[in-house]
Amino acid sequence: MSPRHVVVVGASLAGHATARALRDAGYDGALTVVGDEQHRPYDRPPLSKGFLDGSLSPEDLALEDADDTDLAATWLVGRRAVGLDVGLGAAGVEPTHCVTLDDGTVLVADAVVLATGARARRLPAHLGGDLAGVHVLRTLDDALALRTELVAGSRLVLVGAGFVGAEIAATAHKLGVEVSLVEASTTPLAGPLGEEVGAAVAGLHTAHGVPLYCGVPVARLTGTTQVDGVLLDDGTHLPADVVVAGIGSVPATDWLAGSGVPLTDAGAVATDATGATAVPGVWAVGDCSAWWDVERAAHHRTEHWNDALTRPRAVAASVLGQAPAAVAAAPYFWSDQYGVRLQFAGRRTGGEVLTVESGSLEGGDALVVWWHGATAVAVLGMGQPKLFNRWKRSLGVASVAA
Amino acid sequence: MHHLCALDDVVPGEGLRVTTTSPPVAVFRTEDDDVYVVDDTCTHQDASLADGYLEGCWVECPLHESRFDLRTGAVDQPPAKKPVRTHAAKVVDGQVWAELSTDAPNLPPGVAAGVAGGAPS
Repeated sequence: MSPRHVVVVGASLAGHATARALRDAGYDGALTVVGDEQHRPYDRPPLSKGFLDGSLSPEDLALEDADDTDLAATWLVGRRAVGLDVGLGAAGVEPTHCVTLDDGTVLVADAVVLATGARARRLPAHLGGDLAGVHVLRTLDDALALRTELVAGSRLVLVGAGFVGAEIAATAHKLGVEVSLVEASTTPLAGPLGEEVGAAVAGLHTAHGVPLYCGVPVARLTGTTQVDGVLLDDGTHLPADVVVAGIGSVPATDWLAGSGVPLTDAGAVATDATGATAVPGVWAVGDCSAWWDVERAAHHRTEHWNDALTRPRAVAASVLGQAPAAVAAAPYFWSDQYGVRLQFAGRRTGGEVLTVESGSLEGGDALVVWWHGATAVAVLGMGQPKLFNRWKRSLGVASVAA
Repeated sequence: MHHLCALDDVVPGEGLRVTTTSPPVAVFRTEDDDVYVVDDTCTHQDASLADGYLEGCWVECPLHESRFDLRTGAVDQPPAKKPVRTHAAKVVDGQVWAELSTDAPNLPPGVAAGVAGGAPS
């Protein structure tokens, strides 16, 4: 049975795509989208790239365009959801849920889609995380605040050399900022790419003269009110005018405490492979969610832009009781650093053998394939879009010729 | 008519980026040996459609998987929303020519006409 009122909590890529997918699937009932930022839906990937270097404006990031309708939805932006009361329904009675907003408004809905995303993890205050000049980068407002401080000749230290940190480093380097990165683990990107390939990708920094300090944790940030440096555990002190913490994100789900919606140990909303939670009438999608991954046989929080764009189609089908919509077979993400486009697809679960099919890791132009026996399970391209997309299509299919 | 390349420069089932035009165009040669010419830069973000996957007369953007109909320029699904500009192509004596459209191109934000496509910044 089709719901009468769907509330989507979250107005970023996953929330906007959910609203659009519901309309595309024929839903013509009431639709409300709640977002805690002041902005209409916008695209986040350029925040560390073209938006940070000033070549894109806030308008360029809009996910809606001029001739787009508002999807006949009620948009409540600048409002934060603070509570969810789930109704259980009864025989012949659909459940009714209540979403409470920070201004006291209560939205009553028979279907709720949680798409609140994630928050940037911050350095704690006792380590200097609240000094002036210390930033994170997750939102448009974060990027606006950071870009005013990235002036040529200033000194920037990135804490964390993951993809966000690496992209900020590359952008700031291009702007003439004196950049260095510190990474607590011995190899950046070892989680997503493994030691060997992670090291090669991180080599883009050193190839461009950007120092990278690995394997030494940050002791604390220095400065009294304004940050003036980063002190490492081994006593190294890196002077800084600006510090950005790129140390991951946490699902924005604290407001669901006590709601009865099950969360994973890492705080993401646990769902089945269509985004449905264990509570009837409640779904979750995007960075706040950990969908059941059949191939991993576990809940997995993906955090990829593509999944936030495409999985809402599966959610919409589930909300409307329609036949399941296909979800992209291979997880996919990309990153642009120092003029090199990195693209990765597939699942690395450990134990794979890797081959370099074209280019070289040292040369920064490699096409890397991970194999389980004769089956390619993941692929990375460094500036190899054509080959990458061919390999991406062959993932999961056993091949006789490597 | 603008000369773009020799037909033999384009592998059947693939695209070729041509930079003698502004903005650059992509020449596609289908498995059936049909030739299409469109602007090379995806209308969503800076990516070269010539690097995309060609299936029939549709090309999939290599970055975000929106697909464009090479006959009309129409896009099938987000993130791209605007069609890609098409140019009338003609093959004469093994050479590919195009009547370049005078319509305004749908270039993505932050991309200037002369340098569109290919390299991320």
